[in-house]
Amino acid sequence: MSRLRAAGRQGFRALLLLAVAITVVFLALPIVAIFWEVGLAQAIDGLRSDVARDAFRVTLKTNAISMALILGVGTPAAYFLATRRFPGRSLVVTIIELPLVLPPAVAGLGLLVAFGRFGLLGEQLDSLGITVGFTQVAVILAITFVASPFYIRPAIAAFEAVDRTMLDASRTLGAGPAKTFWRVALPLAAGGLVAGAAVAFARGLGEFGATIMFAGSLQGVTQTVSLAIYQEFDVNLDIALAISALLVVTSGTLLLAVKALPLWTGSRSTSRFPFARSAST
Amino acid sequence: MDRLALDISIPLRTLRVDLELEVGRETVALVGPSGAGKTTVLRAIAGLVRPERGRISLGETAWLDTERGINRPPEERSVGYLFQDYALFPHMSVRKNVAFGGATRVDELLERFGIRHLARVRPGDVSGGERQRVALARAVARDPSVLLLDEPLSALDAHTRTAVRAELHELLREVRLPTVIVTHDFEDAAALADRIGVILDGKLLQNGTATELVRSPADPFVASLTGSVLLAGRARPGADGLTEVVLDDGTIVYSAERGSGRVGVVVHPWEITLAREAPTDSARNHLRGPVAALFPDGDRVRVRVGQLTAEITAAAARELELAPGEVVVASFKATGARLVPLAEAGS
Repeated sequence: MSRLRAAGRQGFRALLLLAVAITVVFLALPIVAIFWEVGLAQAIDGLRSDVARDAFRVTLKTNAISMALILGVGTPAAYFLATRRFPGRSLVVTIIELPLVLPPAVAGLGLLVAFGRFGLLGEQLDSLGITVGFTQVAVILAITFVASPFYIRPAIAAFEAVDRTMLDASRTLGAGPAKTFWRVALPLAAGGLVAGAAVAFARGLGEFGATIMFAGSLQGVTQTVSLAIYQEFDVNLDIALAISALLVVTSGTLLLAVKALPLWTGSRSTSRFPFARSAST
Repeated sequence: MDRLALDISIPLRTLRVDLELEVGRETVALVGPSGAGKTTVLRAIAGLVRPERGRISLGETAWLDTERGINRPPEERSVGYLFQDYALFPHMSVRKNVAFGGATRVDELLERFGIRHLARVRPGDVSGGERQRVALARAVARDPSVLLLDEPLSALDAHTRTAVRAELHELLREVRLPTVIVTHDFEDAAALADRIGVILDGKLLQNGTATELVRSPADPFVASLTGSVLLAGRARPGADGLTEVVLDDGTIVYSAERGSGRVGVVVHPWEITLAREAPTDSARNHLRGPVAALFPDGDRVRVRVGQLTAEITAAAARELELAPGEVVVASFKATGARLVPLAEAGS
């Protein structure tokens, strides 16, 4: 009887290990294949091509502006949502989270019918002489739309994790709400904010669906790295692989940085690791 | 010096805090069990909680007046608030913590509180007693007109506590500000405050000096808080103008005070004497029983005999050769037995 049980335990353990092995191999294989297929020399050549250079230039510029927008507007918004309770708050949070679960194609179409020439705000923007669709502005809007919840969600969690007594103490020491935010809340939430920003940045770098629908794929203007990979896939596979390899390295580095962040900030950080609270997408 | 005056009403989840208090150049302690609403009072004074209605003023300045629609934000109320767990900013050095309150006399304060050697250290690396000094230095750096101290000693171990209490007492005498201390410990309150307000379920039960509260507790809760013995029983008139109290275990004790119905007999531990044999003395009450436990406290010993706790000197305890299980007679005078009304059993 007990031998049967021991055998059962062993069998279950083997089953779990098998599941882990399948998961790891399946998830790692495509990454390994990219590096397998592209040699170092080919990769360097590929990255030197005009397409790749233009794509990286466009990607960095648009992502930098998007991140500035997300951080600049998202941080105070997250602070407000983390420190106040009001009717309709969960609705507001849900609206902010929506892009996480929205299919990118839907996001692209939505942006098009909102800001495009024949869209909701198209006429007003047109009369101001602003064309959004299929310009770099469209790329920025697409990235911002898709990536912001990846920052704002962990940012809310990070601000919520700040001990309210710290904020109270700041106020009784004569600091107004703004000074309390800058000197106390922001530094104490910094760990969670940086981690959230890194994830949002990684998401923005890889943005594809919404961008191609809303901004098109014009080399040097709206063609980001993801779009370039898609285009070169038909034209020059080596270039596509080279860009992909570099993106793997970049994203991997960002992920490691986010994981290592709690270690750096150590006990000072009151915020938790941001992945724990993110919705699965 | 401006007086702090408050008359506030704050609904909490399970109780309502209703409090009227005036604090001059003195230290008032609010004592009561946790959950009595003590901290809420401090938070209301500081502006961190908005009372449903009421007034809070410092001298001529209104901080809160719900009728006139005045509610100053915390940063516009001149308070020095010591939080229960000190709430030091973990991301700033000790010096920056103190400077956050006011940058003009940081060095002087670091010196005054004996924490200059910690100036560059983060609060996380500082001991409990030192952390309190940092918090105090930070609280007074703003040059406040009112001091609010929330359980200033509860985060400390017994050893540090006595020393810090003495330091705190010295500080309070030095600054002479209207000060409100919140504590659950009557001894701490007695040591630090000029006046004590006993608070239970959001209401002020009694307000007076420590001596007054100990001498004539208005309420059984106040009596138990001051560390006195409380024996429950039923009072009836006895001979010689004394009141006879039949305790719940059938024992009869005598009190010089008048009382009837269900009462608590309050006896202070230091008014109870112990002997091997029932003495022939002026004490009217002699209760025989085995020693339950001995609690040495410095040069004194607290001895539990049945429901009684006697406080005697360590030398006397040695002479009597007291040990748990030894049968002794505990005596106290009828004049030392005060009566407080108790709620009828079962009500």
